[in-house]
Amino acid sequence: MLLTGLIPALPLAGAAVLLLSGKRWKDASAGWLASALVAGSFVVSAIVFFRLLALPAAQRISVGHFFDWIASGTFHVNVDLRADPLSIVMALTVTGVATLIHLYSIEYMHADPRFARFFGYMNLFVFFMLVLVLANNFLLLYLGWEGVGLCSYLLIGFWFERPAAADAAKKAFITTRIGDTAFLIGIVLIWTHFHSLDFALVFRGASGLANGTATVIALLLFSGAVGKSAQLPLHVWLPDAMEGPTPVSALIHAATMVTAGVYLVVRSHPIFQASGTALTVVAVVGVVTAIYAGLSAIGQDDIKRMLAYSTISQLGFMFFGAGMGAFSAAIFLLVTHAFFKALLFLAAGSVMHGLPGEETDMMRMGALRRVMPVTATAWIIGWLAMAGIPPFSGFFAKDQVVGAASQAGRSGLWIAALVAAMLTALYESRATFLAFFGEPRYEGHAHDPGLAMRVALIVLGLGAVVGGVLGISSSTGLLPRFLQPVVGAVHKPEGGPPEWALIVISTAVALIGIGLAWFVYLSKRIDWQALRTRLWRTKRTMQQGFYVNALYSSAIVAPAKLGAAFLAYVVDARVIDGTVNGLGHAFRGLAVVGRRVQTGLVRNYALAFLAGAVGILFYLAVKF
Amino acid sequence: MRTPISYFLLVAALLFTLGTVGVLVRRNALLIFMSVELQLNAVNLALVAFSRQAGNLTGQVLAFFSMVVAAAEVVVGLAIIVSLYRKRHSSDVDDARLLKW
Repeated sequence: MLLTGLIPALPLAGAAVLLLSGKRWKDASAGWLASALVAGSFVVSAIVFFRLLALPAAQRISVGHFFDWIASGTFHVNVDLRADPLSIVMALTVTGVATLIHLYSIEYMHADPRFARFFGYMNLFVFFMLVLVLANNFLLLYLGWEGVGLCSYLLIGFWFERPAAADAAKKAFITTRIGDTAFLIGIVLIWTHFHSLDFALVFRGASGLANGTATVIALLLFSGAVGKSAQLPLHVWLPDAMEGPTPVSALIHAATMVTAGVYLVVRSHPIFQASGTALTVVAVVGVVTAIYAGLSAIGQDDIKRMLAYSTISQLGFMFFGAGMGAFSAAIFLLVTHAFFKALLFLAAGSVMHGLPGEETDMMRMGALRRVMPVTATAWIIGWLAMAGIPPFSGFFAKDQVVGAASQAGRSGLWIAALVAAMLTALYESRATFLAFFGEPRYEGHAHDPGLAMRVALIVLGLGAVVGGVLGISSSTGLLPRFLQPVVGAVHKPEGGPPEWALIVISTAVALIGIGLAWFVYLSKRIDWQALRTRLWRTKRTMQQGFYVNALYSSAIVAPAKLGAAFLAYVVDARVIDGTVNGLGHAFRGLAVVGRRVQTGLVRNYALAFLAGAVGILFYLAVKF
Repeated sequence: MRTPISYFLLVAALLFTLGTVGVLVRRNALLIFMSVELQLNAVNLALVAFSRQAGNLTGQVLAFFSMVVAAAEVVVGLAIIVSLYRKRHSSDVDDARLLKW
């Protein structure tokens, strides 16, 4: 299928052109080129999607073989792209959201001196992301996986003149690397057990794996996902990654790259299912992360860091869903999250853009809905979608993810997920009320963004409103039915509360969260600023994400630095240099003594000659 | 009656010892040089004596080679001594001890 190959080829061409001839592009042309190519990629994805749709459900897969990549002994890896329901849903989400964010960036980045390079990196990112989701084997997926990591590094550090941005880029790269290494070991293990990395072959044989082996492989793959998707304990890089330009945060650190981990778990679900333990670990890590990040998000004053923590918590929900075996619900949440979170980020970018001095502190916002009606509408849609208010898209997805736990009969996890959902509504509402309602706390003139940014906001907003129709029911919705050939059918639950009861409960939980935020921040019955001062210690703990960073610096970074200092100043300076210098000194000392032989007196040499000659004669005389 | 070879070898050994002692104890470059010639001639004498004993000419031919080489060596050696004298106004070898530690 050449058409599938065209999907990643278009952004790759854009990246090549823009990165090789970046400085020649004047004005906004580079941005338009990049956006057009990604839009083209979206159109091609849509064509492939409709072609798949025309086929009977069981045949909806086409694998295009492009070339042999590695052939070494029995180790064969091909560059094959796979178009099946799961990968095409991902491709559509990636290209669709990316097109809008590219469009938005044309205006957002217009004054930047490295405008063309920005779009080159963005196109490169889209290319690698598409390779990741379209790959037909683990190694090609890993190539895309590392590629998006590279682009994430380049784009977080896009304003590398700022030390904070350069540091954040390094932190993101190194932290995700930890997970990636585990992922690579997992891939090697898969090869040793199946002698193939092709999805079809591996997944067919996955059920025959020994339980322990399956658990090890699944957990190694999940470690990669934990790093990439910023789950506990490797989440620390994502809040710092907000140093990058806001469109980058929206595209990479909210809508697409960070969801790659969820995609990986769903894609390799046969391995996870072969080991029940691994799925439980996924669910527990997911829900713990969701609660942790939810609490941390409540303490954030920076609008982008708040969104970063909310992304972490939403990714936790997705993993939770996947861990409960509700794979299509996890992908559904992934797709809707891509829309509403990208929307929220772009709205936050508009706020920064419209306020004097690129303000990100919510303490210096307030009542923005009066001066930024478009931005505020977009944000409010994102807020309601994320908080889980019907009929916005996030509601259906989150309801299904949370409900999956109750239907699986795991009440403890279900209650934990409900708490996380309540926290989601709470922190998101807090941010909304602080930034867009109440009294203005900023100085100067604020305004809505220009046309390109507005268009992106409006289209994403529409997506966030109506995205829910994709999966109104967890078993018979459009998306679950479409994904069925890949992730298996979703059976109607036998036990547990009925679906309508779950809907009522989730809605109630969301309303509790919103109500709590309203009571504290809007009702004027509480002086929240006084409360802030009184509870500053709790607030600081939450803002610092429960001091995980501090813990890592003292428990890992400081000992590592100490070890490095020991190696540098003791082992290297004393032992290694000492050996080399000592050898030199020893030979020098020997020479001081030995060179006395060279007297320069001819007669001494003559005597030595004689002695030598006599010695040889004596030897010969004795021998013969 | 032929003179026994031991007589010749005795003379040659005597000459060689004289030459060796001369090289070791003399300080004047010219005298050292002459002592070296003495050693060479002692060897030549021994060669000729061996030649006569063996009844072929190989030893004599070798002696001629040795004389030719000695002549060439004298040329080079004397030239060195002359230029050394010009530079340092002395033919004492102990004064020319530049190549040392």
